[in-house]
Amino acid sequence: MIKIEDVHFTYPNGVEALSGVNLEVQDGEFLAIMGQNGAGKTTLVKHINGLLKPIRGTVVVDDLETTKVSVATLARKVGFVFQNPDHQLFSETVEEEVSFALRNFGFNEAAVNERVNWALNLLDLAEYRKVSPFMLSGGERKRVALASVLAWDPKIVILDEPTIGQDNQQKERLRQFILQLNNLGKTVIIVTHDIEFVAECKPRVVLMSQGKIIAQGAAEKILTDPDLVSQASVVLPQITQLFVSLRNEGFPTEVIDVNEAAEILLERISDSR
Amino acid sequence: MPIIETKNLTYTYPIGTKPAFEDVTINVEKGEFIVLTGPSGCGKTTLCRCFNGLIPHFYSGKLEGEIAVSDLRVVEHQIHELAQHVGMVFQNPENQLFALSVEKDVAFGLENLGMSRKEMRERVDWALKTTGIFELKDRAPYELSGGQQQRVAIASVLAMQPKIIIFDEPTSFLDPMGAQKIFEVINRLNKEIGITIILVEHRLDLTSKYANRVIIMDKGRILLDGPPKEILSSEEARLIGVGIPKATRLYQILKDKGVNLGKIPLSAEEAAETLTEALTH
Repeated sequence: MIKIEDVHFTYPNGVEALSGVNLEVQDGEFLAIMGQNGAGKTTLVKHINGLLKPIRGTVVVDDLETTKVSVATLARKVGFVFQNPDHQLFSETVEEEVSFALRNFGFNEAAVNERVNWALNLLDLAEYRKVSPFMLSGGERKRVALASVLAWDPKIVILDEPTIGQDNQQKERLRQFILQLNNLGKTVIIVTHDIEFVAECKPRVVLMSQGKIIAQGAAEKILTDPDLVSQASVVLPQITQLFVSLRNEGFPTEVIDVNEAAEILLERISDSR
Repeated sequence: MPIIETKNLTYTYPIGTKPAFEDVTINVEKGEFIVLTGPSGCGKTTLCRCFNGLIPHFYSGKLEGEIAVSDLRVVEHQIHELAQHVGMVFQNPENQLFALSVEKDVAFGLENLGMSRKEMRERVDWALKTTGIFELKDRAPYELSGGQQQRVAIASVLAMQPKIIIFDEPTSFLDPMGAQKIFEVINRLNKEIGITIILVEHRLDLTSKYANRVIIMDKGRILLDGPPKEILSSEEARLIGVGIPKATRLYQILKDKGVNLGKIPLSAEEAAETLTEALTH
């Protein structure tokens, strides 16, 4: 469990990025953090793996207070995939990249091999095993970064903007994959601007604006509230936009899913015939 | 006369064993707004690198077939010449901005063209006003929000007064509202100034309503090319898995269940209009 209490953080240049954030995340939860550029989303998640420490308040991850343990200790529990994969990749081949942390954590060769195979297959990267990560496309490099984190099996996985540069099928695979991680009991936290992706995944949504959490709750509740989303510089999912403009016809507005939308419409149409 | 014309264009990167794209024949007419999409690795970004001469002048490798942009054969003209005809805006504005003020960033490309101070001043002001950031001209780019930075990057390209601007996923790093504003700016450049737009995008929910044409590439080839409604409601588009707008998907699901709305919607507004009509009749 992650427990964030009254966290304040100011960067050395004086920018106040977090001003009193409270958040609890249960084991096995799937959470999406959304909000405008500069709202403090990335700053907040960097507190979970201890890359940043609060100036005031506390962050507790699995009973460990982040100011009292090393980043290395937290890293074993919290895997972090950065927004820009180039900030994280450095090896000469995909295989070396994915096995690097495993060797650091002291896994034996057989275990390293097994985990590397598992992660590469999972992310559809087996054919690039011997290729330099820098020869790959942006979307592929992103998957390499993800594979190298998943390989060591952290309990909490944080993905910063995982859908950037990913095509629709890869996004669908990512969605399935996150559900799979959830089923394994892992906590998944994504930071994203991709409103349609969130509408498809339906995680718990946390909206941030100017260093504060302004709302949190089920995706269907949060993403269908026009005032809330606009405060956070987010827009309504396309299906919600449609239902909001149909509200005078007596339709519900808390709809984000295209299949649910079709059912509601079909019911109405068959009633009127 | 098309503004971009390619004939059987094929390109292989120096380290590549197979072509990044092959046998691409397209004509782009002046004033078009094209959304270019397709699965990762389909060759769309590589194709765009030919339009401004990065291929073959910066990237070596093997380019076969014909390509002319703005009547210039790309192989015979250098990148700096082509830059006056074709501008390019990338995903992450941070990679494109470097000067200490917005104004200097926007003026930079012009300084290399050797024009008068007065003309330069006019062009910079025009580009800043068109992108809606004139009031930010004395600010440092790194102090701005992501959306504002991307508008600075667009203004820098616009100041060169290109006939064509290529955008490669220009809003991926922006919050949804910032993204919407960028797409509106791009749409204005097209509809009000007549700049030909090629927009490389996966997120068709946000962009297809602005386009007159959608091109879908797959495995290095052009698979579909035509009006957005026709292309995005096609079975082929769904099968290769491009991100069809939810409004269009809704139309398809209803049609499969025996309810034909008649008009294919690309946006929530269009879907609302069609549905209101269908429900009141």
